[in-house]
Amino acid sequence: MSGTINEIQDEIIEEFAILEGDAEMTNFYIIELGQKLPPLAEKHKVEENTIKGCQSKVWLITAPEGERMTFEADSNSAITKGLVSLLVRIFDHQKASDIVDADLYFIDKIGMNRFIGTQRSNGFAAMIKQIKLLALVYRDSKEIVKTNATDK
Amino acid sequence: MSHFSPHSAVAANADFDVQEIRKQFPVLHQQVNNRPLIYFDNAATSQKPAAVIEALHHYYTHDNANIHRGIHTLAERATAAFEATRLAVKELINAREVEEVIFTTGTTDSINLVTSSYGRSFIQQGDEVIISAMEHHSNIVPWQMLCEEKGAILRVIPVTEEGELQLEEYKKMLNERTKFVSIVYASNSLGTINPVEEMIDLAHEQGAVVLLDGAQATAHLDIDVQQLNCDFYAFSAHKMFGPTGVGVLYGKRRLLEKMPPYRGGGEMIKNVSFEKTTYNDIPYKFEAGTPNIGDTVAFLKAIEFIQQVGKKNIAVHEHQLLTYAHEALEKVPGLKIIGKAKKKVSVVSFIIEGVFHFDIGQMLDARGIAIRTGHHCTQPLMDIYQIEGTARASFSVYNTTAEIDSLVEGLQRIVKMMK
Repeated sequence: MSGTINEIQDEIIEEFAILEGDAEMTNFYIIELGQKLPPLAEKHKVEENTIKGCQSKVWLITAPEGERMTFEADSNSAITKGLVSLLVRIFDHQKASDIVDADLYFIDKIGMNRFIGTQRSNGFAAMIKQIKLLALVYRDSKEIVKTNATDK
Repeated sequence: MSHFSPHSAVAANADFDVQEIRKQFPVLHQQVNNRPLIYFDNAATSQKPAAVIEALHHYYTHDNANIHRGIHTLAERATAAFEATRLAVKELINAREVEEVIFTTGTTDSINLVTSSYGRSFIQQGDEVIISAMEHHSNIVPWQMLCEEKGAILRVIPVTEEGELQLEEYKKMLNERTKFVSIVYASNSLGTINPVEEMIDLAHEQGAVVLLDGAQATAHLDIDVQQLNCDFYAFSAHKMFGPTGVGVLYGKRRLLEKMPPYRGGGEMIKNVSFEKTTYNDIPYKFEAGTPNIGDTVAFLKAIEFIQQVGKKNIAVHEHQLLTYAHEALEKVPGLKIIGKAKKKVSVVSFIIEGVFHFDIGQMLDARGIAIRTGHHCTQPLMDIYQIEGTARASFSVYNTTAEIDSLVEGLQRIVKMMK
């Protein structure tokens, strides 16, 4: 996984274009993506790591990497795991400030809302919100550290 | 038995032709995700025959007016059409009198009418209300609210692994403090048809009043409220080929007459003054405000549809689908049917090992197959089976065994994909 957020989004758009909007193929492709996502260790599958607002269980953890962040995720639903894998692929190892500012145009471009439906779209939006919140908190904490350093 | 039992039936009437029935349902003739729609979400709501859709159109094109009290021609026509549906409902469920049929917005509204009016007047602190573990939330929450308000006790009949009520437990629960028993006739999650006649008799022996939630039963079973001897019977039009937003509460006259109104407003009064308002007679006492006239008028065509096809034909056809589905689904690797009662309406709930129920629904939708997934508004029941939810296929008179084959094929693909 490498490239900027927008480069990865463009890759995803290209991959989905091959599926030609076929609902079944798209579902199966999303499941395959999820199957490739390494499973989260059981110890991380706890309440504090769950994303609220999803029908299924989604666990997301993050770790700092300098000014960048890493993400790992898992779900008890194969399709949801595939969906969250897209976000991990886009945001893993990105700068916190870039994550906060990211415009996720790939969602509309691949017509995601059409094939995952309203309930899942709401869940997907909750995942994005959670990632951006984590990034915002991390970015601001880094800025506070920086400011403090400058003050000295 | 008051209901026709498909379990003893040999074969459907030779006149019954599912393809002819399908022609009457415009919505079925479309593609979803490039495949012919297969609609297996009938327990949530049934599709509507053209006659119902046309009746709605006709009403608003020709007869629309507010009902009762009107002197002009359209008001007369609208009133006559509205009251014709009430009479048809009376005949459908074999109520003794037409005044015992109250129109509501649906089963939920009907149950809330009973808890709010009968419950708040006649259930006191320390009294007991019995429901079952397989109730829909709409037959749990109104009773919880009532019991909390009154300091009454809510007791719950447990279910067996097969999905049947534990009658011995029910018998033990009944006592002189039991004031009300509110039970689902046919379970929306499991399909179980409960032995309600026996349960009603047992409740009456203790002097308790009984409500049947007939939301799932009315389209599938022959309903005779006099023979059942239930005190209240609640159901919705939209689960029996009629429009949404119309429901029925049947109640015995002597109970309805002693109950206070549920909501205040127009229609439900005899005379209003600031000193004293007197209430109208039943059923109008419970029908405050302008009702859902158009949909109620169109509901008549749904009842006529059921009568034309015949309850017996419907029951036999649906039972064939149910039996076929049970056998076919059990061949899907890892699939487990939840709810194997001896007597069932045409509802099959199932889980597949290692596959989240929501994913099953989404992947079947990709093949044009509509089922429902989740807890089906019966969370306590899901807790008993220690599952989060099920996938549920529910069949109606217009479904075919070929459609069930497509469902099974779809499920087999899902299982293969998930390996």
